[in-house]
Amino acid sequence: MAKSNEPIPWSLFSAGGMLSAILLPILIVITGILVPFGFAPLESLGFDRVHAAVSGNLLVKLILFGFIFLSFFHWAHRFRFALVDMGLRKIKGLIGFACYGSALAGTVITAALLWRI
Amino acid sequence: MDKTMELEIFRYRPEQDSEPTFQTYEVPFHTEWVILDAVNYIKDEIDGTLSYRWSCRMGVCGSCGMMVNGVPKLTCAAFLKDYTGKIRIEPLEGFPVERDLIFSMDDFIAKLKSVKPWIIRKEGEDKPLEEGEYLQTPRQLVEYQQYTMCINCMLCYAACPVYAHDNTFLGPAAIALGQRYNMDSRDQGRDQRQEAIASHEGIWQCTFVGECSAVCPKDVDPAGAIQRAKVASTIDYFKELLLPWGKKS
Amino acid sequence: MVRELTSVGVAGYSVFLLYLVYRLGQGSEAYDAAIGLIMSPASIALHLIALVLALYHTVTWFNVTPKVIVIHLGEERVPAFMIAGAHYAGWLAVSMIVAWAVLGT
Repeated sequence: MAKSNEPIPWSLFSAGGMLSAILLPILIVITGILVPFGFAPLESLGFDRVHAAVSGNLLVKLILFGFIFLSFFHWAHRFRFALVDMGLRKIKGLIGFACYGSALAGTVITAALLWRI
Repeated sequence: MDKTMELEIFRYRPEQDSEPTFQTYEVPFHTEWVILDAVNYIKDEIDGTLSYRWSCRMGVCGSCGMMVNGVPKLTCAAFLKDYTGKIRIEPLEGFPVERDLIFSMDDFIAKLKSVKPWIIRKEGEDKPLEEGEYLQTPRQLVEYQQYTMCINCMLCYAACPVYAHDNTFLGPAAIALGQRYNMDSRDQGRDQRQEAIASHEGIWQCTFVGECSAVCPKDVDPAGAIQRAKVASTIDYFKELLLPWGKKS
Repeated sequence: MVRELTSVGVAGYSVFLLYLVYRLGQGSEAYDAAIGLIMSPASIALHLIALVLALYHTVTWFNVTPKVIVIHLGEERVPAFMIAGAHYAGWLAVSMIVAWAVLGT
């Protein structure tokens, strides 16, 4: 039986799953409830404050990059198995390529955009 | 006979049936009866042609597993009084049916063998008999004890949505039993078992739906065993990738 | 399958973050226009859907942690509720820290 490379996507899936389980709800609460309903001012997410926090701050950039790219791979892995288990077993190679390919493309774009700031 | 119950049983006799059919039997109801008692009653009193496996009647032998209203159950542990209306009995899902409720176990047995579920010692590290047994502390025992409870009843395979789609998957019980030996302090055979467990057909097919653990009559928790094997195999993988010189010979 | 669907919410929110990062790189006008979108009813509705998916993901994720993380203290296995509970407690603490860091005092 062939040795599997699955540990790579699985570890990215798991890291992304744990990170988003912890961080995603509060982020959604901030941008979807606290600010729009006036519990916090929109200025706290305004350009001046956010730009100052991200620009030239490698740690903040790394945190953003890690969160975004890992959640892409979390999606890719889950979505791949969901499609395969829904009966698309015959084209599972293509599904894997499309899912991880999109996540990888998203990762490259994330890195490039963060680099510019 | 006061109260009765109806059992709708899957029938397939290859020498006369081209397709499986269902046959309904009426059996007396007793609060203390399990489904296996009712099936035995049918066999003894109504229709001797019904074929099924059973042995111990006490949840130890693991041979009386059937689909009861679509759910994999040990029929010796499923009470009639917990059901209302007609009870539908079918062979465990996911296996080729041979006759009535009897299905072929060949696939499972082959998978079980592939994880080498016995204690393996490295060459030259076998203790001679006269030196006595390999000792183990109670702490070392609890590491794997839960997995020893498996009775090979195959309910977990019948519940597994991944195995239902793709029977190349090594499956819950085989992986749990591999882990049972991997975590035994007396064993040194993990590398050999990884061939099957860490392969594409092994743990990586599992999407942690957890149905296997939900139906397990012995609380083996194969779903947990599989996830722990994933973590351990991932650590192996990256160790080997990052520290190629540390590779075991 | 709902559990699988939550991953769409997870990645979807990151696409939104990525969009903000993109606009942030274009300067203050572009970014402030983008972040202003979160005040719209459509955005609030999408956020609420995403929140339901995210919470479902968090709960299903934390609830299975005791199956993966097995700790023995002596001969006793640390009970499942304590391992899941530790995750929930950590979640609460981290959420407060994130809210404080992102929104300021």
